[in-house]
Amino acid sequence: MSQATLFEKIWETHLVAEPAGEPTLLYVDIHLIHEVTSPQAFDGLRLAGRSVRRPDLSLATMDHNVPTEEGPISDPLARGQLEALRANCEEFGVPLYATGSGHEGIVHVIGPELGVTQPGMTVVCGDSHTSTHGAFGALAFGIGTSEVEHVLATQCLPQHRPKTMRLTFEGEPPEGVTAKDCILAAIGQVGVSGGAGHVVEYAGEVVGGFSMENRMTVCNMSIEWGARAGMVAPDDTTFAYLEGRPGVPAGAAWERALDEWRALPTDPEASFDREVVVDVSVLVPQVTWGTNPQMVAPLQGSVPDPASFDDPEERVAAERALAYMGLEPGTRIEDIHVDRVFIGSCTNARIEDLRAAAAVVAGRHVHPSVRAMVVPGSATVKQLAEQEGLDRIFSAAGFEWRRAGCSMCLGMNPDILQPGERCASTSNRNFEGRQGAGGRTHLVSPVLAAAAAVAGHFVHPQELGAELEPVA
Amino acid sequence: MKAFRRVTAPAAVLDRPDVDTDQIIPKQFLKRIERTGYGEFLFFDWMKQDDFELRRPEYESARILLAGRNFGCGSSREHAAWALQDHGFDVVIAPSFGDIFRTNAMKIGLVPIALPSGEVRMLMDTASGGAEMTVDLESQEITDPSGCLVPFDFDAFARECILEGLDDIGLTLRREDAIARYERSHLPRVETTALPG
Repeated sequence: MSQATLFEKIWETHLVAEPAGEPTLLYVDIHLIHEVTSPQAFDGLRLAGRSVRRPDLSLATMDHNVPTEEGPISDPLARGQLEALRANCEEFGVPLYATGSGHEGIVHVIGPELGVTQPGMTVVCGDSHTSTHGAFGALAFGIGTSEVEHVLATQCLPQHRPKTMRLTFEGEPPEGVTAKDCILAAIGQVGVSGGAGHVVEYAGEVVGGFSMENRMTVCNMSIEWGARAGMVAPDDTTFAYLEGRPGVPAGAAWERALDEWRALPTDPEASFDREVVVDVSVLVPQVTWGTNPQMVAPLQGSVPDPASFDDPEERVAAERALAYMGLEPGTRIEDIHVDRVFIGSCTNARIEDLRAAAAVVAGRHVHPSVRAMVVPGSATVKQLAEQEGLDRIFSAAGFEWRRAGCSMCLGMNPDILQPGERCASTSNRNFEGRQGAGGRTHLVSPVLAAAAAVAGHFVHPQELGAELEPVA
Repeated sequence: MKAFRRVTAPAAVLDRPDVDTDQIIPKQFLKRIERTGYGEFLFFDWMKQDDFELRRPEYESARILLAGRNFGCGSSREHAAWALQDHGFDVVIAPSFGDIFRTNAMKIGLVPIALPSGEVRMLMDTASGGAEMTVDLESQEITDPSGCLVPFDFDAFARECILEGLDDIGLTLRREDAIARYERSHLPRVETTALPG
C-alpha cells in the first residue's frame, strides 16, 4: 500500500460515494448532539417527514445552558431548549444523557470518557470544539445545524476533501509549561486563520508523551486557528485510556480493534500539504491579552504596543482589542489583576486538569478580591474528583465547586462575567463578550488560572511555592 | 433553502478582520428553538455602539456585506448565518471565511464569496457611500458601482444548489443504495443504544 497519513486512512475508509461534480459522501460513525444546535434540525426532520437513520450511532447530552448550581432551571428559554432536546430524543429514539443521569457533561468530555470516541472513527457534532475527539486518532469536526439535520437523516455528510497539515512541536517544554501553553503558543505563531481548510495532525515527541487529557486540550483548540480538525496518532497511551470503558469492545474484539488501530498512524514516507514546526523547548506559560486566541504573550512578557504590528489590519485590531480589554501597551502580564477565575470547559475540565489546579491551590486561599469557580467537565469527572478529595481542596481554598456543564466558557447559563470584569479562564475563546457582555477574558492553563486565583494577578505557580505536576 | 440568483443593492462595509460568530449573534440568542427571527439581534453588542459601521443610514437597505478576512470564525452556530440572512443580507464578500460558517451559509442560500483581499478592498472603497452593486451567482460576476465587472469562483455544486434552492438531504437520500451497501460492509464498533442507561 502506498504511504498515507492518519487522516487519509480514515477518509478512505469512510467513503460512501464519490459522485462526479459533487462533494464526496462521507460516513459518520458517531454523531454527538446537544441542546443548542439541534432543535431546528429535529424540526427539519419533522417538516420533511424524515426519521433519524441511525439513532444507535447518535448520542445526546445536555451541556451548554445547564445551570451549574443545584436547583431547578430558572431561565424559561433554557428550560424550553432542554425540554425540546428531551422530547426530540424521545420521539426519534436517540439515546440521551440528561442532567441528573450521572453520565451527563460537556459533549466533548463524555464522548471520550464513555469510550464512544475511538481511533479511526469519523465523529461530528454541532459544535466547533468537536476537534477534541481527534486526540484519539479520529477524524472529528464541528458542523452547523443544517449538517446536523443531514447526518440525522442520512448518517452521511457531503464533504470536500480538506488539505492536510502536520504541526510538529519540537523540543521538550520546560517545567510548568503545559499542553495549553503549547497550543496557545502555536496559535500565536500561525494566527487564528492559519489552519483554514486543513486537517492538522499534531506530532513531535512531546505529543507522544502527552496524556490523553493533554492531547484533547491541544486538539480542542484546533478550531481556534481555523483548522477543520486536529488529530494525534493513536498509541499505547490511547489504548490504555480506552481499555475497559463502556463503549469499547472487550476480549477478542478488543484485540481485533487494537490490530486495526495500530495500522492507523501516518506512514513514515507519507507527505502533508503543509508542515509547521513550533519550538516548545524555550516556551514559558502563555496568557492571552486580546480578543482572539492569537493575541497571546508569555507570562513574563508585556502587553504589546499596537504600533509594533507591521500589518495595518493587525494594528487596528490590536488597538480595538486593548480598548475592549482595558489594557495599556507595555503593561507587564504579571501586573494584570483578575476579578474572576474560571476552571472549566471542554478544553481544560478533565480530571487531570483539576488535579493540576488543585495541586497549586492546596493549602492556599483565593485572593480576597477574586471570585473563583471550578466546573468539572462531566458528572463522572465531578464524582471522581470528589472521591479524590479535590472538591474539598478547592472549597477550602475558597473556590466554588459546581455541577458539570459548559458554564462560563460561553456564558449561556447564569455563570457570566459582569461588564468590565476580568477573568483568568481555562477555556478556549477570549472573543469580545464571550463570557458575558463587556467581560474580559484571558486564556490560560489550569495551573496558571489556579495561581491567578491565589495571587489575584497572573503569576508563575512556582513563585507561590507550588509543586507542579509533570506535563505528561 | 432559499434560492438565490442575483441581487442589486447597497453593500455595507465591515472593515474588520476575524469577525467571529459570537459577535454576529451573541450566545443569549441561541436558546431559542426556532430557525427564524434572529435578524434583530445581528451584531447585538456592536449595534449598541454609536460608531458601529452597520448603523450608518446609507447601509439601511444593504443586502451585500463586505467584510475583512476570516469572517465568521469561531463557533459553529448556524444562527450567525440565519441572523445575517434574516437581517436582509443575501451575500457576504470577504478575503476568507471560517470554514464552518461558509458551509452553514451555503446550506441556507446566503452566498459567501471569497475574493483576493485587494479586490475586496477595491469594492469596499467604491461601496462605502451606499452605492449599489450587483452580485450575480449565475454568471459568477460582481458589478461594482462604477460598472466594473469582478468575476468570482464558487463551488459548482453549491452554486447549483443555491440557484435552484435544492434540499441536499434529498440528494443524499437518493444514494440510499450506496449508504446501505456501506453499512452492510462496515459494522459499527460502538452502538450508543447499548451504553449504560
